[in-house]
Amino acid sequence: MLKPEEISRIAQELRITVLDMIYKARSGHVGGSFSCAEIITTLYEYFMNVRPDEPCWPDRDRFILSKGHAAPMLYAVLSKKGFFEEEKLYTLRQLGSPLQGHPCMFELPGIDMSTGSLGMGLSVGVGMALSARVTGRKYRVFVLCGDGELQEGQNWEALMSAAKWKLDNLTVIIDYNGVQLDGNVNDIMPLSDIESRLKSFGIHTFKCDGHNVEDLINSIQAAIRYDGPAAVIAKTVKGKGVSFMEGQSAWHGKVVEDNEYEQAVKELTGLLR
Amino acid sequence: MKQMRLVFGEMLCELGDEYPGLVVLDADVSSSTQTRLFAEKYKDRFFNFGIAEANMISAAAGMAACGLIPVASTFAFLIALRAGDPVRSLVSYNNLNVKLAGAYGGLSDFADGASHQSVCDLSVMRAMPNMTVLVPSDIDTARGAVKAMLDHKGPVYLRLSREPVGSYHGGDHAFEIGKARVLREGNDVTIAVTGILLAQVLEAAEELDKAGINASVVEFATLKPFDAETLLSCARKTGAVITVEENTVLGGLGGAAAEVLGENYPVIMKRIGLNDTFGQSAVSYRDLLNWYGLTAKRIYDTAKEVVKLK
Repeated sequence: MLKPEEISRIAQELRITVLDMIYKARSGHVGGSFSCAEIITTLYEYFMNVRPDEPCWPDRDRFILSKGHAAPMLYAVLSKKGFFEEEKLYTLRQLGSPLQGHPCMFELPGIDMSTGSLGMGLSVGVGMALSARVTGRKYRVFVLCGDGELQEGQNWEALMSAAKWKLDNLTVIIDYNGVQLDGNVNDIMPLSDIESRLKSFGIHTFKCDGHNVEDLINSIQAAIRYDGPAAVIAKTVKGKGVSFMEGQSAWHGKVVEDNEYEQAVKELTGLLR
Repeated sequence: MKQMRLVFGEMLCELGDEYPGLVVLDADVSSSTQTRLFAEKYKDRFFNFGIAEANMISAAAGMAACGLIPVASTFAFLIALRAGDPVRSLVSYNNLNVKLAGAYGGLSDFADGASHQSVCDLSVMRAMPNMTVLVPSDIDTARGAVKAMLDHKGPVYLRLSREPVGSYHGGDHAFEIGKARVLREGNDVTIAVTGILLAQVLEAAEELDKAGINASVVEFATLKPFDAETLLSCARKTGAVITVEENTVLGGLGGAAAEVLGENYPVIMKRIGLNDTFGQSAVSYRDLLNWYGLTAKRIYDTAKEVVKLK
């Protein structure tokens, strides 16, 4: 098992990979990919029981990227893990590529559910967690949601059902970066006190710094051990790692221009050293 | 006669042991849809999601992705519209093995009015790529369709009715997805029908026969994939086609038939259905059929009219 600092380094390297992918594709969501770099890397490198050479293994842990626009980061992690060749990453969003703009389960090995239209991933996770119960399998289901995404009412339907069925094999992680396409979540449609809202729906919560791998590991571990449905609220920064992208809603899905690319690579590689 | 929803509920129970992966989901209407029967028999394989249809159908997608065969049941319009995005983005797009059972199709929830009646679910579900659309007409096709949808790999929308139905297939439950059935041969006009208005069509065909007009009656218990070949062979023989459905005339059976005939063999055609309108409350189902002209009399008159136009 990798050490936290090793996972942290991989996440940072994958930010550069993602930047390259999006730069080449001339479109893609860089801000929301960067905010969840440590979260997805930690899940796959530390927690998830998967077999890259047998992606449909029935007992594998499941991961649903409910905030499907962060697909580039998931693709980079999956490729690093060995689900498919690295060269494929640079076909992102091209005609005929299995790396669709948003994750597609029948195009790419390792994708457990196609996502993109927001607010449905938690419900899918509830269905998968219930399936484990029906079939007697021991896998765990991880769902990564955006915070802005929680404005979709269906999430709250899903949380109600997770609480009803006491789904202790479901772990929710919220990429709490505070920014959505049109601006700050607090201005567009505030989530208010998300922790108490989740609690009032019967979901136990843990909080952590979503860019600190050690903190993430401890919180996710605690959520897994909790006897019931639990969520980790991971405080993150949209566009993390690039000064002019950080916390900027403009970088939700902006094209990366040449000069911006160079500057971003400099900053990201600087952090690696 | 037997309520179609009861046929559906009993059939699920009958098949529970044969299909160990079968799980049934409902959204607080299991007493109406009769999935409660399955819930009583297979307690651990029934999930009541409460009044949250989008969550139910998305969860069904998750279950199908894990190898189960979920049958998600609620009122037809809620599946097609309230949960329309999960149906599109998860079930249909991923070609998942989810069975969507739309109860109270058409005007069959006559007393509750337009809010509960389903007048465009067939059009919506037909437009979804990968989706198979089944519309039983009686006890036999309802039984056959439930079994056929469980055997079929991929998403299926099963449109059910609240009404009592008879048996028009002599107790034959054989159901081949994608195959229309010619229930009556005739040379003068083809009457294509989907769903429980089959009873009205058969009555009209009897009356037409007495008036010297021989009608072909073709039942499309599968609306999609559409059996173009059978429709075309009937159209070639009769030179005139009427479609009959308990759905808007836009995009359902009438739409499917018009597409096929228009591209391959244009003939005189009339669509009987809801004329781009909502339903309303009534004290009986029959009153609604009369009001919207979904009757044997209207089919009879329309047949006479198209025969003259040939």
